[in-house]
Amino acid sequence: MSSAAIASSPEAVKPAPGSRWMRSEEARGLAMISPTLIYALALLLVPVTLVVAYSFWTQNYLEIDRTFTFENYRQALTEPIYRDLFIRSLWISLVTSAVTVGFSYPVAWFISFHGGAHKNLWLFLVTIPCWTSYLLRVMSWKVILGYGGVLNTGLMSVGLIDEPITSLLYNANAVVITLVHSWAAFAILPIYVSLQKIDRSLIEAARDLGDGPMRAFLRVTLPLSMAGVVSAFLIVMIPTVGDYVTPKLVGGKDGVMIATAIQAQFGKGANWPLGAALSVTTMVLVSLVAAAVVLALRFAVRRIR
Amino acid sequence: MPDRPMISIENVSRYYGTYRALDDVSLEIGAGEFFSLLGPSGCGKTTLLRSIAGFDVPTAGEIRIDGTPCTLLPANRRPTNMVFQNYAIFPHLDVGENVAYGLKRLKLDAAEERRRVSDALDQVRLTGLDKRKANELSGGQRQRVALARALVMRPKVLLLDEPLSALDKKLREQMQVELRSLQKAVGITFILVTHDQYEALALSDRIAVMFGGRIAQVATPKEIYQRPRTRMVADFLGGMNFLQARLTSERSGSVSVETARFGTINLERPKGFAPTNGHVTVGIRPERLRLLWDDERAPHELVGRVENRAYFGEVTHLTIGVDGLEQPLSMVETNDYGADDLPLGAEIRLAYDPDAFVLLSEDERGARM
Amino acid sequence: MLLHRLRLLPFLPAYVAVYFLFLYLPILLLPVFSFNDAATTTLPLAGFTTKWYASLWGNTVLLQAARNSLIVGVCVALISTILGICAARAITRYRFRGQRPATGLIMAPLFLPEIIVAVSLLMIVLQMGLELSLVTVILGQVVFCIPYSMSVLVSGFEGFDRSLEEASYDLGETAIGTFRRVTLPVVAPAIVSSLLVTFTISLDEFILAFFLSGTEPTLPVYIWGQLRFAAKLPGVLALGSLMILASVVLLTVAEVMRRRAERRTQATLVP
Repeated sequence: MSSAAIASSPEAVKPAPGSRWMRSEEARGLAMISPTLIYALALLLVPVTLVVAYSFWTQNYLEIDRTFTFENYRQALTEPIYRDLFIRSLWISLVTSAVTVGFSYPVAWFISFHGGAHKNLWLFLVTIPCWTSYLLRVMSWKVILGYGGVLNTGLMSVGLIDEPITSLLYNANAVVITLVHSWAAFAILPIYVSLQKIDRSLIEAARDLGDGPMRAFLRVTLPLSMAGVVSAFLIVMIPTVGDYVTPKLVGGKDGVMIATAIQAQFGKGANWPLGAALSVTTMVLVSLVAAAVVLALRFAVRRIR
Repeated sequence: MPDRPMISIENVSRYYGTYRALDDVSLEIGAGEFFSLLGPSGCGKTTLLRSIAGFDVPTAGEIRIDGTPCTLLPANRRPTNMVFQNYAIFPHLDVGENVAYGLKRLKLDAAEERRRVSDALDQVRLTGLDKRKANELSGGQRQRVALARALVMRPKVLLLDEPLSALDKKLREQMQVELRSLQKAVGITFILVTHDQYEALALSDRIAVMFGGRIAQVATPKEIYQRPRTRMVADFLGGMNFLQARLTSERSGSVSVETARFGTINLERPKGFAPTNGHVTVGIRPERLRLLWDDERAPHELVGRVENRAYFGEVTHLTIGVDGLEQPLSMVETNDYGADDLPLGAEIRLAYDPDAFVLLSEDERGARM
Repeated sequence: MLLHRLRLLPFLPAYVAVYFLFLYLPILLLPVFSFNDAATTTLPLAGFTTKWYASLWGNTVLLQAARNSLIVGVCVALISTILGICAARAITRYRFRGQRPATGLIMAPLFLPEIIVAVSLLMIVLQMGLELSLVTVILGQVVFCIPYSMSVLVSGFEGFDRSLEEASYDLGETAIGTFRRVTLPVVAPAIVSSLLVTFTISLDEFILAFFLSGTEPTLPVYIWGQLRFAAKLPGVLALGSLMILASVVLLTVAEVMRRRAERRTQATLVP
């Protein structure tokens, strides 16, 4: 086929300078990823950098003062209202991730070890609820937990309680329940993947060497699936810290989290530098807590051995 | 050397960072030759094949195909076609569509295209299977489809990347025979990459043995087996008894060496042979040693003891300890006279032919592995 | 051994069942109450009606929001899948310096609180003096959808055997021809799957749309506005049920496609 082409145009094969590099993997890979990378740079890295820059500036009504200052961070970290919000946000997200991972692990284990031929179907069923509208799911929890909601009226109609329980909605517990529900599949998937990767003969070897099922689980399965547990923990914790919808809809006064304060600075409060500082502080704090959690989990596993 | 080179490789090198996958390789492959690149994994044979195909660009050097420089020519414009290790059968196309894949570019009329496809399928003995789906094929059938798909393009050179390694032993042997007769029938150059020395020996007109990115020896199968140039080539192509020897005299065409128990041996002097401080290695293949039974006599004899014995069905492998030799000797004996029943420790006599010894060069730079 | 299994296992299936109930209860409640003949969500149920669905039809604001969601969803699905294809192909097919940081940046939205992505985009859009509109929503949601598109596509491309493309080049086909005749047909199911997944995410996405949509609400933003009025709740439930139904259907198709992609790429391996 191409023999004719070669014979008729031998000059076409003269290499241009640098053409060896142009045909290299490196050049092609970079060319291929560049559209996506440029998009991410322009609409993710640049905006986030701008947020960081803003956090060191100040605002006077509509004027932005670009002199470098830590004033916003001083406010964000010392004013009791923001400090409380940070602590509560971190606490709620930590509890949420711990509960989500703890409740999801057995399910992931069940699918991985006893899912039979239909593992993919099980996983699909787990993921469906998580793909439906987040807003609608939160709303649904409001309908369930509300004063005149499904749970209260249901319990009353079967005669278990006489009057509605008021402590179901508009508190931190309601926020945690809703968030756990929202993030369940995101916790199951990484744990499942890490469990799937475990060579089953390792567990048999542990049993063969005298471990009972529980000890084999603690000494082999759990440590080997730790990577999945850690990523599940992070994948739940990091986004939930900045959650806006859930606290707003089911959190009430006791369930307010930092996102509400951030949003306020870009809405009515209109103090962008402070909003930016709150955002950056959120990111930094969540990274620190995430790192601490990873270290703690690793340490815990090492103790088991 | 081939009379008319179809492929010429001139000082080709391929570096990955500081790792040299190919290190200044030069080679000529003739038109109509069945040529094999043989070596252990990581020796550079696949890199060389992929450079000829156009999938890998050498860091330096030139590759010519039928006289035309092709080093930077992309694969789709080269007169070569390839049979991939895993066959790379397009999963979304049936057998006929797979074979016709490259023809579509040529804009042949429909009847001509159909004829060429069915001819190609006949050639690989898949007549009538053109409507089969890719996932309904057995391993052997996949290989045939891959062959037909490449041959239908009428390439000047067919490249085969370990095409038989995925098949089981029996099918592999059958396909070896077919590959050889197919090559004779179409008459084009075949270049086969393999790590299986028996496959290379059985199929090739010539073999290049590669180690560490360099070519250690290029020769016919017989020559490469009987007259390996270096110790590593000798070792890679099968069992070999290595002996340390001292160079006693050196003439233009031959050399004499002195060994511990085999006495003085006269050897043909290989091309480019350069001894280092008088010490050399010589080798003799295990099957060139022969047991002497009862009162049988031979001009060159040696006495030893059976140290180990392994039964292989038609033959028995023996390890013979000989006083004064550092290493015991390996030998292969047919079981006609009862070599398989020799007790361990038994004293035996063996015969050898001094002409069967080869002088081996120490492996130079090519030996980095 | 058998004893141990018996002790542990009866609890586990029961636990898994409860877990699934917990997952599905809130989603199944919406449709149930959307057919309930009462303005409040109380048990026991009052009776069957379809009037809440009928009321959706005449609501022009809602229909406008649905149209907005559809426009945004289609654009986001197309753009993020195209960008996802580029990136997924680059990282599955080539090795190059800076690959890890580049991938990290593209996947970062998965690991950032969404409100921060939203706020930073809002700032840059206003800073550049752009009007908030459906375009800004699309731009923002694409950032958020690329990681999901990538995950779907990478798993589709990873099974894709590189030698198929090489075989095509080897048989004389050009790079573009190879993409059209080999790559695209083989990975098509993964691409369809990515389109459906990103469309679904866009359809349901609230935060970015809330911050970036200006005066043109998408469906979730519209619903958010309705939640303040208790009287509007049944209508919202009906609308929500339809959206959930749409999501489930789209995802089921996406999953079927993904599996087909998997089977197809697996078929290239020697049995």
